[in-house]
Amino acid sequence: MKHFAALLDRLTVTPSRLGKLRLLRDYMTGVPDPDRGLALAAITRDLDLRTVKPAMLRTLVSERVDGELFRLSYDYVGDLAETVSLIWNSDAEPIERSIAEVVTLLNSASRSDAPAVFAGLLDSLPADQRYALLKLATGGLRVGVSARLAKQALADFGDADVAEIEELWHGLSPPYTDLFAWLEGHAEKPAQAGLARFRPVMLATALDETALSELAPSDFIAEWKWDGIRVQAVSEEGVRRLYSRTGDDISGAFPDLLEALGFEGAIDGELLVRKNGVTAPFSDLQKRLNRKTVSARQMAAYPAGIRAYDLLQDADEDLRSLPFEVRRDRLKSLIDTLDEDRVDLSRDIRFETWDDLAQFRAAPPERVIEGLMLKRKDSVYVPGRPKGPWFKWKRDPFTIDAVLIYAQRGHGKRSGFYSDYTFAVWTDDDVLVPVGKAYFGFTDAELKEIDKFVRANTIDRFGPVRAVRAEAGHGLVLEVAFEGLNRSTRHKSGVAMRFPRIARLRWDKPPREADTLATLSQLLDN
Amino acid sequence: MTPDALLHPRPEGLYCPAGDFYIDPVRPVARALITHGHADHARAGHGKVLATRQTLDIMALRYGDGFCASQQAAEAGSLDVNGVAVSFHPAGHVLGSAQILVEHKGLRIVAAGDYKRGTDPTCADFEPVPCDVFITEATFALPVFRHPDPRSEIAKLLTSLDQFPDRAHLVGVYALGKAQRVIRLIRDAGYDEPLFIHGALETLSRYYQSQGVDLGALQLATDSALTKADFAGKIILGPPSAFGGTWAQRFPDPLIGFASGWMQVRARIRQRGVELPLVISDHCDWQELTDTITELSPDETWVTHGREEALVRWCELQGRKARPLNLVGYEDEAE
Ligand SMILES: [Zn+2]
Ligand SMILES: [Zn+2]
Repeated sequence: MKHFAALLDRLTVTPSRLGKLRLLRDYMTGVPDPDRGLALAAITRDLDLRTVKPAMLRTLVSERVDGELFRLSYDYVGDLAETVSLIWNSDAEPIERSIAEVVTLLNSASRSDAPAVFAGLLDSLPADQRYALLKLATGGLRVGVSARLAKQALADFGDADVAEIEELWHGLSPPYTDLFAWLEGHAEKPAQAGLARFRPVMLATALDETALSELAPSDFIAEWKWDGIRVQAVSEEGVRRLYSRTGDDISGAFPDLLEALGFEGAIDGELLVRKNGVTAPFSDLQKRLNRKTVSARQMAAYPAGIRAYDLLQDADEDLRSLPFEVRRDRLKSLIDTLDEDRVDLSRDIRFETWDDLAQFRAAPPERVIEGLMLKRKDSVYVPGRPKGPWFKWKRDPFTIDAVLIYAQRGHGKRSGFYSDYTFAVWTDDDVLVPVGKAYFGFTDAELKEIDKFVRANTIDRFGPVRAVRAEAGHGLVLEVAFEGLNRSTRHKSGVAMRFPRIARLRWDKPPREADTLATLSQLLDN
Repeated sequence: MTPDALLHPRPEGLYCPAGDFYIDPVRPVARALITHGHADHARAGHGKVLATRQTLDIMALRYGDGFCASQQAAEAGSLDVNGVAVSFHPAGHVLGSAQILVEHKGLRIVAAGDYKRGTDPTCADFEPVPCDVFITEATFALPVFRHPDPRSEIAKLLTSLDQFPDRAHLVGVYALGKAQRVIRLIRDAGYDEPLFIHGALETLSRYYQSQGVDLGALQLATDSALTKADFAGKIILGPPSAFGGTWAQRFPDPLIGFASGWMQVRARIRQRGVELPLVISDHCDWQELTDTITELSPDETWVTHGREEALVRWCELQGRKARPLNLVGYEDEAE
């Protein structure tokens, strides 16, 4: 638990991806099996552990600590598990335990023994490890490490390709001893166990428009790029699974879709919500994501389906080494056998010249389209993001002119600079209302200019945040580019931007000429 | 004589009518007794100031030689101030810090000022002084405050240097006490490369060295011969307020640390945007506060400077007489 506790402490305060990778890699190097695998599972929330309810914690602590002192402390600290971890006092000789021991102890305790076992663990663990235990046992471990990042850390650790780990992942379970053995070079690569496994995904690179003239239109197939999430639907001998593009199993939330996977093979496509033949906005899809289960009502309100792009496996045959053109023909025949409300084909766009295609791009038939995909007819399916065979040609972003109102200090390379910006537009009452935050899109030189402006125009400070002068006649106007706009109840403005970034600094524009909330709202997806 | 008659709060600070002096007054007064050099305790502009030699030196370094009309250094033993016996005893807080014992007509009150009990080679250890009334600070007076061994915190810093050798490690420290203690701890951990410091730390660090506290080689981070790359994997110490300023822009990919007792609470870490929290305090934690009260076992405990409510509550639970002393002007943030 000792190294695990130290790792959690650092991860929670390390904002950068590279920093987190380094910490994870060093942890895996320094800690033996099975603890490193258990820690990884705990972080990615794949660890099977009987959890402890907050009510039990309160009861335990009330037997030890005066209620008034606990209340004062909890008020100050603000987090129950953290308060308990700090206030818990014990005269017991500290015992160093492995995660494996802790997991075994917790999982083998009977329901009635659980509180005593838990209290005993808190007593015997060194003080600086109690927080890790409490977060582990209350299921509240949030350290900003996604499954994707964990897999990348494993790849770094074993000097392997992350695609290889993604491909294996679903057949593995904590504590991943066979995986570590392979990554350390003293065992064979684990077999891809189990049915309906995941196949690492092929991704496109952004199209450089100036290079189009060097490409022959007849070499490519074009299709719409739908704004859902990329998925892989696999069905094999009655086992059906839906994977995210990083190989996370998201089947649990989509029983309606799984039922429709009446084929043998693996389809690559876009997960979308569709209502009466029309594709619903991304915000509807979000209501179905990030959950383990789903209610019948949600399934009826937001029916999920797949728009199929590709066929990777057809019964016993692995199609990935065949040309895209051939795979598409196989996909079309397979789709014909399925319920088209659940699985339909992403259709080809017929075009002769790049100009034809540019016109299609400018006028997509539905709102939930992010642009175009161009795929070489002869391209084989390879994992990762190879340069050349596939391109995404995104629709031009939306832009608005907004006014900078708050700036927050950055981390790492941007320490000492105000680099995270909150911007606002005007309401009908001539008040500025925040509509989003952006922290990239500008050059280093522009960062310095904004930083200087922020320091010279600060009107208030709240910790690392400064409020900046923003009046009709004085302030900084930012041209903000974004991909789409959703309704949001969490924001005062009622809207939430997707993927906002700073496109240009409009030093030439006074804030009074910035956009209004009314203009912005016209861009709402629904 | 009742304790209240000997010492009681006034808007200017804690006042002794019999001796006509204040302890750590927050406004200019005719006669002040000062426990230690931190700015919320030691202010400029008093008439006569009585403090330890080192506290007087520190005040002169901070405010200039004319920080008061006349000064007197407290020697060992008891002094007579207008018929009241006064003596200074080490508080273990920072260099020169003292508890002040006020004794009159058989009544003994100790105003401890800020103090700590853990070992600290940069100042004299706290000396328990028997008394009838003990006036304790309460900066970290909640049972959640449990300061770890500072050596384990410094180990975290040195581990991070190994893990992130391309990043400049900026450690936030207050200029008086914390800076020198952290430097000394880093040296005791076996790190003997030059340490870079912000200009605000220089004068006091030199003073500590003149008083026999070995801090090793210190170099100003603003030295014009240094380039950005020179700071990769190096330790730079400065006041936390400098880290948000343009001063910090000279370092490569800074990793921000902060050495403070507040770093025990995650909300405080996040609030300050700290990536490397080091729980190192120059105040007592909960255990040390309660142990000290138990050890001295005064008839009454007066609590000031922080979370008075919790410590008074603890005293009540122990059957000890206690009350909050509502003094204004001391900073909650002071560390
Ligand atoms: Zn102090
Ligand atoms: Zn103080």
